[in-house]
Amino acid sequence: MENKKIKVPEPIVNIIDLALYYGKMKALKGINLDVSRKKITSFIGPSGCGKSTLIRCLNRLNDLIESVTIEGSIRIDGKDIYDPAIDVTELRRRVGMVFQKPNPFPKTIYENVIYGPRIVGIGKKGVLDEICEKALKKAALWEEVKDRLHTNALDLSGGQQQRICIARAIAMEPEIILLDEPCSALDPIATAKIEDMLVELKRDYTVIIVTHNMQQAARISDFTGFFMLGELVEFNVTTEIFTNPREKQTEDYITGRFG
Amino acid sequence: MKKLFRTGNPYIWLTAGTLTVCLLMICGLIVLIMVNGFGIFWPRTIVQFTLRDGEVVMGEVAKKESIPHQKDASRTKLKVGNRDVYGMDFRWIDDADVVSRDYPPHALAFERREWGNMYGFLHGLRQDDGVKPLRFNGLAPLLKESRALYKKIRYVEKKEIGDINYRMEKSRLELKRLACLQPTEKIQKKVAAVTAGMERLETIYRERENTLAGLYAKAREKEVVVLLADGREKILPVFQIIRVSAPNEMGVFAKMGFYSAKFWEFIWGEPREANTEGGVFPAIFGTVMMVLIMSIAVVPLGVLTAVYLKEYASDNFIARLVRISVSNLAGVPSIVFGVFGLGFFIYFIGGGIDKLFFPESLPTPTYGTGGILWASLTLALLTVPVVVVATEEGLSAVPMSLREGSYALGATKIETLLKVVIPQATPGILTGTILAMARAAGEVAPLMITGVVKLAPSLPIDGHFPYIHLERKFMHLGFHIYDVGFQSPNVEAAIPMVYTTTLVLLFTVLVLNLTAIVARNKLKKWYSTGSM
Ligand SMILES: Nc1ncnc2c1ncn2[C@@H]1O[C@H](COP(=O)(O)OP(=O)(O)OP(=O)(O)O)[C@@H](O)[C@H]1O
Ligand SMILES: [Mg+2]
Repeated sequence: MENKKIKVPEPIVNIIDLALYYGKMKALKGINLDVSRKKITSFIGPSGCGKSTLIRCLNRLNDLIESVTIEGSIRIDGKDIYDPAIDVTELRRRVGMVFQKPNPFPKTIYENVIYGPRIVGIGKKGVLDEICEKALKKAALWEEVKDRLHTNALDLSGGQQQRICIARAIAMEPEIILLDEPCSALDPIATAKIEDMLVELKRDYTVIIVTHNMQQAARISDFTGFFMLGELVEFNVTTEIFTNPREKQTEDYITGRFG
Repeated sequence: MKKLFRTGNPYIWLTAGTLTVCLLMICGLIVLIMVNGFGIFWPRTIVQFTLRDGEVVMGEVAKKESIPHQKDASRTKLKVGNRDVYGMDFRWIDDADVVSRDYPPHALAFERREWGNMYGFLHGLRQDDGVKPLRFNGLAPLLKESRALYKKIRYVEKKEIGDINYRMEKSRLELKRLACLQPTEKIQKKVAAVTAGMERLETIYRERENTLAGLYAKAREKEVVVLLADGREKILPVFQIIRVSAPNEMGVFAKMGFYSAKFWEFIWGEPREANTEGGVFPAIFGTVMMVLIMSIAVVPLGVLTAVYLKEYASDNFIARLVRISVSNLAGVPSIVFGVFGLGFFIYFIGGGIDKLFFPESLPTPTYGTGGILWASLTLALLTVPVVVVATEEGLSAVPMSLREGSYALGATKIETLLKVVIPQATPGILTGTILAMARAAGEVAPLMITGVVKLAPSLPIDGHFPYIHLERKFMHLGFHIYDVGFQSPNVEAAIPMVYTTTLVLLFTVLVLNLTAIVARNKLKKWYSTGSM
């Protein structure tokens, strides 16, 4: 597997021989991968190949599932995040996540965005207002919702809800943002908005995105990993993967001959 | 045939039919209660029968029925009242014996403080030297006067003398407590002070008693003479009369006014004559207060239990066993909970509290006897499964994606629970609470051994410190129904009261539930928009 690992500039995440079991079922089979700082890295692959499982390892969200066991290690900024001494909540504040289906809390837009900062203990209204505005601006939503911050977030459209979720993650000022198929429930216009926003976010954050949309991966990401059946088949600079794939399976998949 | 079943129509008929049957039964029950319950205050015409043997009887028709095994024969149940004269309120009269029936316009129905109604004609005001004629209109100012007097008497009895008794009791207990201590000089001084205070109270008490005696003497001064249907004359002190009406002369509006007054008295008044007359206010108050205390106890108990079962306990054999046991608690007969409440709350905890905090009044128990607190806690135990099950369902309905959203922002489990999961489950929790309240409001058996009484001398909330007296016995609508309908000395006269009390109980439960539903919607809105 080592041969598939390429050198990336300024790696922030190192995934080393990561294997994951759901009970007895091996869902990830020895993944080795580095993620570059302040770049967009996308994961593609057929359904059920373990993309979500992998990115949920990066903020230890799989800890919530009782049957999961993990081997190997993941380092962020050189520190093993599965070290027992690590504070999981602290880790999750540094590694934000946006889910496939928009999942805003049934609260106001404002309360959604400042949920994280509140938990960290920020209570001053002025500070919270500022955080909220900044996060919504970064999520390209401010103009649309600034007049109704105190209405229920569930009244927004799907695309707006997803951007609320992104703003909610950004409000925590994380280093890394994980996005699990953030556009799968959205129309092309909303998707385009989110894509523009992600490219914008790249300036400050490391972005890891799972997508089923080949064009999306090609358009916005700097690096792409192709997974199949729990294995990392190929990982490379995006242009390389899409113009000159090394593996036959990758080529078949991106040309739509399978999956 | 096969084709018919394929269309699915028979299943629709089956389910819709079942629903109709259920609805009809429920509606029938409610209509029955409403008709009987609302009807009782409507003034009925007074009828006068002349019988074949020359006897004249007068009263309200209570019921008509045909005599079994006799053709074309029927009989009438007449409420003749005047229990003090005739010995009973009702009389069956064979319709064949009735020679004539008429509706004398001047016939009056006197509602009395004792002995039920009296039917008759107003003859006049009694004076030392005979009877001074008095018109029906002339009665009104007399009644007004006597009502004012009654109010005054009640005030002196209840408030003033009640206060003195309360303070006397306090002082007595204080003396008893002091007697147990070392008789130092300081203590002796205190004893002297308390004794002096008691003597002062005693003087005031005697004064008040004199006032009261004076008031009562004044009350007996005026008496009217009533002519009964059979020609007898009856002397009736005006003070005994609560209300007089001439139903045969009343128009619809007059009747409505009478009806409203009676209804008002029923809701806000206190019971009279072994609960068969007057109002049910203490019972309404007791029911509502008990249900509220029960809710305050049952919600935390049920919610915490459910949160542990659902969110913390792993889903193993023991957790499942506990869950099944909790659900099955709902099947334990409620009287068993009552017995448990008696043994655990009253004897064990209440007895313990008495020994620790109220040793001076022993052997008279303070908390070691039935009271509203213990009854409420017993009912809380009884209804806790409802809340647990509803809360668990509410918690299950909160999608995993919301929890993950919270965890992904760095929230801990408890933060996620408090900020996302429980608010989301609140409608479920409140639905459980509503069901628990409805169940508790209608429960009677366990209350009978944990603190309900037929007639409570005072409400659990009053003007004496500490204002809320959780150790007091209380009245309850459910028990009131049982007591009036089956335990009262005059069951026949009381049966309409049973319906009305049932109606009030239903209405109380309805209001409690509506309040809870409004609270639930408000909370929902509050969680979603941050404002009420
Ligand atoms: N909670 C779970 N318990 C057991 N098995 C699981 C669980 N979640 C995922 N799996 C299994 O792990 C494998 C990888 O799942 P994963 O969700 O990571 O796939 P994916 O690549 O994200 O697929 P998709 O593109 O459809 O989202 C699948 O075979 C799935 O059945
Ligand atoms: Mg997935």
